[in-house]
Amino acid sequence: MRDVAVVSYAQSPAQRDTGGTTDVEMLVPVIDRALADAQLTRKEIDFICSGSCDYLAGGAFSFVMAVDALGATPSAQESHVEMDAAWALYEAWLKFQCGEIDVALIYGFGKSAPGDLPDVLSLQLDPYYTQPLWPDSISLAAIQAQMALAKGCFTERDMAEVVAASRRNAIHNPAAQLKGEFDASDLLKEETFVSPLRKHDCCPITDGCSVLILASAEKARALCERPAWLRGINHRMESHFLGTRDLTTSTSTMKAAGTLKLDGDKLDVAELYAPFSHQQLILQQSLKLTDNTRVNPSGGALAGHVLMAAGLDRFGAAAREIWSGRADRALAHATSGPCLQQNMLAILEGA
Amino acid sequence: MTEQVAVIGVGQTARYRSKLSVSLAGLVREAALEALADAGLGWQDIDALVIGKAPDMFEGVVMPEIMLAEALGGTGKPVIRVHTAGSVGGSTAIVAAQHIRSGQFDRVLTVCFEKQSESNAQWALSPSTPFRPHFNSGAGGMFAPVIRDYMRISKAPEDIGCRVAVKDRQHACRNPRAQLQLNDISLEQVQDSPMLWEPVRFLEACPSSDGACAMVMVNGKHTGSSANPPAWIHATSMRSEPSFYPWRNEVDPAAGRDCARELYQKAGIRDPRKELDCAEIYVPFSWFEPIWLENLGFAEKGEGWKLTLDGATHIDGGDIPWNCSGGVLSSNPIGASGMIRFAEAALQVRGMAGEHQVANARKAMGHAYGGHNQFFAMWIVGADKPV
Repeated sequence: MRDVAVVSYAQSPAQRDTGGTTDVEMLVPVIDRALADAQLTRKEIDFICSGSCDYLAGGAFSFVMAVDALGATPSAQESHVEMDAAWALYEAWLKFQCGEIDVALIYGFGKSAPGDLPDVLSLQLDPYYTQPLWPDSISLAAIQAQMALAKGCFTERDMAEVVAASRRNAIHNPAAQLKGEFDASDLLKEETFVSPLRKHDCCPITDGCSVLILASAEKARALCERPAWLRGINHRMESHFLGTRDLTTSTSTMKAAGTLKLDGDKLDVAELYAPFSHQQLILQQSLKLTDNTRVNPSGGALAGHVLMAAGLDRFGAAAREIWSGRADRALAHATSGPCLQQNMLAILEGA
Repeated sequence: MTEQVAVIGVGQTARYRSKLSVSLAGLVREAALEALADAGLGWQDIDALVIGKAPDMFEGVVMPEIMLAEALGGTGKPVIRVHTAGSVGGSTAIVAAQHIRSGQFDRVLTVCFEKQSESNAQWALSPSTPFRPHFNSGAGGMFAPVIRDYMRISKAPEDIGCRVAVKDRQHACRNPRAQLQLNDISLEQVQDSPMLWEPVRFLEACPSSDGACAMVMVNGKHTGSSANPPAWIHATSMRSEPSFYPWRNEVDPAAGRDCARELYQKAGIRDPRKELDCAEIYVPFSWFEPIWLENLGFAEKGEGWKLTLDGATHIDGGDIPWNCSGGVLSSNPIGASGMIRFAEAALQVRGMAGEHQVANARKAMGHAYGGHNQFFAMWIVGADKPV
């Protein structure tokens, strides 16, 4: 396996609604910042890969105009996944393993504000049996939470503690949308939104984008004082038939962890892409994380959730922990689909 | 150390046309099962799944790989979904090949599809979006000005487009999978067909199709399971450029030239017309044959139309047959169209193209493009293992 490291990462401020700002207008300053931080120019990028979703803006080919943000010439080696940009990172990582590139720029962007996101996401379900019922993404997550509560996997207080910790951690994240000191007991006094979920158990709706730069060993050492080395990366899919899955655990996460021989006890940090508080608990349990691991020091998706970039953000946040020396070994996780259907894990190390 | 990659399985839906009676899962499975049978493999042998398609609005399902993965044996496996506009079928094949070339996977299934009968392509290609003006031009309206510009620059005779249409429709009659089977097609018939987007006539345009195409790719060490010969991947390349910039040449896009240059360099090809035996090139509107003949270096600038006029691209007697399958002009399930080009190139060098087989084809090119002539994906496959 060829050594590849995260050497730069920038994100836009997570905002509820960026109004008439175009994707390109959102992206250009963030791309510039990611390049400047690594002292790179666009011409030194060998490969560009992005993740986005047409249904957010409501128009086909939303990524086509975004290419404008990369500059005009020369033409670029470029690709796009209609997935979270974490999978764009994966495509780039494969290209590194093919020995074809030395520096790659990955970006993810999404403006969820124009539509009704929970309803838009119900169009992700199979169109014959489930989609006609219009179950929205929050309702499906609520079913999952209820199953896990009923089974005794965790309590509503545990969920509130996740939210309080997310917002407390986010105080130190200038890009975060929701932050501050909250007491779990106070959070539990709030009304339920879609039972058993309270509004704070659900990630916010966010417009924004993120940019991350990967480099091969030689380049990474030149570009970054303490590169965040990708020591393993794996992703797995589960069935879309919710009734055939055990929603209270994450088998695809466990399978990826097994492939990576991940030891949940030996992680300094885990950045988990959990759009709902109970999903963070399901992931922590599936990964067998212990108190040795700080979870979501960035605040995670509950503090700001740019759909299509939130998985890439976990890589960026984990890399920041490595760069700063606060962590030697970190886990980045990304998810896609309703109720954690598809999951990706990556191990990042400082040495 | 990177690995050699071979295509040992190709599958396509029986015929590219509206399939109202089949689900999305049924559509993709038809192609996947044929590819697996060709490869002599089962679902359990596949290590990863690479899915591609064009805009989700064509079927109204957001990120449909989520609900199709299980039907394609993807449960428990890595699944990735590529979308690079019209070039997606080619890009998806390239991403699948990279899964193996990287040394991370041994056997990969890749599937591309589109089911355009679920919606209206003209609408889905130009819906009104919140942050930009609404064109409602469709693909034909976008490309007609480029074609007019080509005609002006090249001084090509006005009937070249119609000749391409006749040729590709004749080719299609040899491919039972092609949607359009116009047995008695004539130049006059094309010329008399209604004008849609000046200068593109009805019979010079691609149809809207349903269909899926699948390939099984393996590490070169594992070609033995298939009873049929492998197609070896000699080179791949991808290039993109923005839709508009002031010095952009839309008729002869730089990204297309750069992509082809890199492809030929990797494959050790100096003269594509001489060294390739045939090519499957993305021609959704007739005039894109001469446009791409020049952009891809098969002809000098301004000379592409002469190859068409001389019959050089015809399967009967041409020295460099283009689109023996009937091409995009005869079947266009958009998200699959690029992969069909790549797969048809593989079938040619495997000697498995049936009635539209080019005799003794040893080396073939697959090409796909998308967006506003701005996204390109290409590959060269050969009957011989690359040295």
